Amino acid sequence: MDLRPIPVDPSDEERRAVDSVLGAPPADRAQPAPETARVLRTQLLPTLLALQNRVGWVSPGGLGYACSRLGLPPAEGYAVASFYALISLGERERSFAHVCDDIACQVAGAPALCAQLERELGPAFQPSHRAEPGQARPPSKAHWGHSPCLGLCEQAPAALVTSARTDGPRAQAFGSASCASIWRALAGDEIQPRPVHLDSSGPRRLLARAGRIDPTSIDAYLAQGGFAALRRAFEIGAEGVQREITASKLVGRGGAAFPTGRKWEAVARAAAEPHFVVCNADESEPGTFKDRVLLEADPFAVLEAMVVAGFATKAGRGYLYLRGEYPRAAAHLELALVKARERGYLGRNILDRGFDFDIELRRGAGAYICGEETALFASIEGYRGEPRTKPPFPVESGLFGKPTAVNNVETLVAALDIVRDGAAAYAAVGTAGSPGTKLFCVSGNIARPGVYEVPFGTKLRALLGLAGGIPGGRKLQAILLGGAAGSFVGANQLDLELSFEGARQASATLGSGVVFVLDDSVELAPLLQRIAAFFRDESCGQCVPCRVGTVRQEELLGRLTRGISLGSFEQEGNLFAELSQAMRDASICGLGQTASSAIESALKLFQPFSRKTP
Amino acid sequence: MSAQPGDIELQVDGRTVRVTSGATLLDACRAAAIDTPTFCWAENLTPVNVCRICVVELAGARTLVPACSRKAEAGMQVLTDSARVRTSRKLVLELLGSSVDMSLASDFAPLCKRYGAQPERFGPRDTPSDHRDASHAGHHELGNADKAASMAQSVKIDNDLFVRDYSRCMLCYKCVEACGSDAQHTFAIGVAGRGFDARISTELDTPLSDSACVFCGNCVGACPTGALMFKSEHDLRAAGEWDESKQSVTDTICPYCGVGCTLTLRVQANRIVRVTSPSDNSVTAGHLCVKGRFGTAFVADRAPDSGTGQPPT
Ligand SMILES: Cc1cc2nc3c(=O)[nH]c(=O)nc-3n(C[C@H](O)[C@H](O)[C@H](O)COP(=O)(O)O)c2cc1C
Ligand code: SF4
Ligand code: SF4
Ligand code: SF4
Ligand code: FES
Ligand code: FES
Repeated sequence: MDLRPIPVDPSDEERRAVDSVLGAPPADRAQPAPETARVLRTQLLPTLLALQNRVGWVSPGGLGYACSRLGLPPAEGYAVASFYALISLGERERSFAHVCDDIACQVAGAPALCAQLERELGPAFQPSHRAEPGQARPPSKAHWGHSPCLGLCEQAPAALVTSARTDGPRAQAFGSASCASIWRALAGDEIQPRPVHLDSSGPRRLLARAGRIDPTSIDAYLAQGGFAALRRAFEIGAEGVQREITASKLVGRGGAAFPTGRKWEAVARAAAEPHFVVCNADESEPGTFKDRVLLEADPFAVLEAMVVAGFATKAGRGYLYLRGEYPRAAAHLELALVKARERGYLGRNILDRGFDFDIELRRGAGAYICGEETALFASIEGYRGEPRTKPPFPVESGLFGKPTAVNNVETLVAALDIVRDGAAAYAAVGTAGSPGTKLFCVSGNIARPGVYEVPFGTKLRALLGLAGGIPGGRKLQAILLGGAAGSFVGANQLDLELSFEGARQASATLGSGVVFVLDDSVELAPLLQRIAAFFRDESCGQCVPCRVGTVRQEELLGRLTRGISLGSFEQEGNLFAELSQAMRDASICGLGQTASSAIESALKLFQPFSRKTP
Repeated sequence: MSAQPGDIELQVDGRTVRVTSGATLLDACRAAAIDTPTFCWAENLTPVNVCRICVVELAGARTLVPACSRKAEAGMQVLTDSARVRTSRKLVLELLGSSVDMSLASDFAPLCKRYGAQPERFGPRDTPSDHRDASHAGHHELGNADKAASMAQSVKIDNDLFVRDYSRCMLCYKCVEACGSDAQHTFAIGVAGRGFDARISTELDTPLSDSACVFCGNCVGACPTGALMFKSEHDLRAAGEWDESKQSVTDTICPYCGVGCTLTLRVQANRIVRVTSPSDNSVTAGHLCVKGRFGTAFVADRAPDSGTGQPPT
């Protein structure tokens, strides 16, 4: 392989940004040997992010320098860089506001906010553009752009303001966003975060510490029983941990509800070495913000749980993949990693038990699909975040092709209680099929939006009551359960039991724990249109049913909204039915398979579009 | 225990089929003489299973599975013509046909007929746009929604050997694989962008002549839709002179080096208009280098005089 470098020199600032990840270049300026290049490839995304965060964009010179340092063909570097929404391949303002216009923010006034921003800050960033071959995108003067869900739905509308700086970037995400606060953040002011509303009915396990202790203090964590689960794990041994997890019937909280015990046992047993643990903290499902709360408010618990998982699965290394839009969680985790290493809870010979384990924090760069486990591996490895075919499953061939236990943040934190107190104690609440507690992200038209921990089996009605019900004397219209990949339920389904079996019975899903409440003032059509746009934007583009199907779905809803249908209303309905069936049946991954489920359920339950044919 | 021939037995459309271990469901379908369409699969490339035209119904699986890459297992029960399979195949054809110019993909029209696919159901294909190469991942604007968004764009002509007409690109990844680790190891092109904005691209859409491309044409040989095309063929087509009835196809051995690659020459009016190599050829596996692929223009210069039929002296 002969590398032909991009013929543009990097600026000094770009050199420094790349070197901040890869170290100073070797004196002889030799290209890395092919074997080293393979190892280096996993540094591609961190290197691109360093350029983005310090220089404000990835220029041809910056990309070229990154690729030659990594021994990577420039076409491959470009293929990866152009995959992520947070990476700009055209020059952009150094301070930039990503303004959420996704479902919860749409209902909370994002369209009006965006209109005001247009007037006061100028037009939004133009995603579609024309460039000359071999040149970067033309520079953009925009100060802001539209963003998918930022995981701050309980404080909608939300914004993320990033400021590229040579000495290290700044980023702040905040809710209750206004033109004024966005303007202040762009000018460099710090916006005070509003604490998230946390509540529970029944025992507080997952939220035992969140909001109650200083998340930057390891002593505070220890004082609340921190690392007791790890000590217990060492007492009962790896097999003991696997046994308790399996007995607890814990299933994944990331959406797919796969039994965690079976996953851990399979990885522990796998012959290939080494094994990996991956914490999936990419939380990007619209309406979801529970993992953010755990990561920000209880970071040591997430790290401890990863060590326990590593011990149980005989792994030596863990990766925590955090979505790029969570700056506060990143800061708290980085601090927690340092402190946990200092105190011997990470690294060599943990607690003198002869167990070595360390964790690397990886940041995403704006791609919902990277929450899909195999796309997440590809992203860490330095490839485009394209899901891989299963089988083989991650337990057999995961990160770097090795046996990997990948788990959601909430799943891992739930495992702590199970290991510390035992499966029987864990099942003291919940249902027979779904023992324990679950976090729900309640947002939309509700008095007290926030994260709620309730025992499985709680009625949907009770959860809404706990959150204060619908304000302003309004009536309930619909609830989106499980996220954009979930489904709508109607006001007559409030007796739905929040458990895996209860959801299944109602042909719904708990998904990532989204409970997005809509009163009767909300127009459903634009909301459905936004959901369709989300999947079109976030499809990786690999497979035909999803790459083109999500576009056709969005166009179809667009026609219905605008009354320009191609045939009769019934014909459009049949077209949608066949399209959604093919997407569900023939797409590679869950994104395409569920891209029409919420819309389908809304069409079934309500009449969001007028039936008249123009 | 080492794998024995015929050591896997499964049911395909109710018939018992035996295949060797490591075989795919596609192999099993073929063993049962069931005609199974493929677009992104090729015998000389690693399966990427992205087009999904080959999906079949596997008992016990939640979704359909791609026959081209799913390994056969003993006891599997597979349906290749169920209602679910037919619907998905029909929709794949319609989604491709409504977004990509598939007119030069030889098996496309017959497949549309076989599955009753009508790409027009999704509206007229949108007019060309040249914004794709600089589109930013993520957020986009929905146009009027009265037209079906498409790949339509200008043809890229940046060298004398082959053109890239990505209006015809179905993103089967074959060219990327041929250029990369499956054959050429040049890595001049990749899939850039995301979702519907995904496209085959050099870095920053740099012209091929400024990229790492060595003009082996292996991507052209792999392309199933005519998106990558010999310049000679493109020019003839543009002039309305491309005429397969006046063409002859001849296998010969490349005159250049001692490897001895098989060349398949397509000739029209005494000019070589396309050079390929059989993908099952043991020497080439379908892949050539720049000399065999494009270095044949001199033959035309020595072509017989069209008046006399005699070689020039
Ligand atoms: C499109 C898509 C996005 C996903 N995003 C996430 C995510 O952000 N966080 C997560 O934990 N799981 C996500 N998942 C599920 C993961 O693929 C995987 O099932 C999960 O991380 C396994 O962990 P669990 O068993 O603890 O739930 C996503 C799946 C799909 C198909
Ligand atoms: S379903 Fe969508 S996101 Fe998943 S692999 Fe296919 S194109 Fe990519
Ligand atoms: S001609 Fe050869 S080197 Fe050039 S893009 Fe095609 S496969 Fe790659
Ligand atoms: S250019 Fe041809 S070979 Fe390459 S992806 Fe497109 S259709 Fe496939
Ligand atoms: S933060 Fe806007 S929808 Fe979640
Ligand atoms: S031929 Fe099987 S997915 Fe393309």
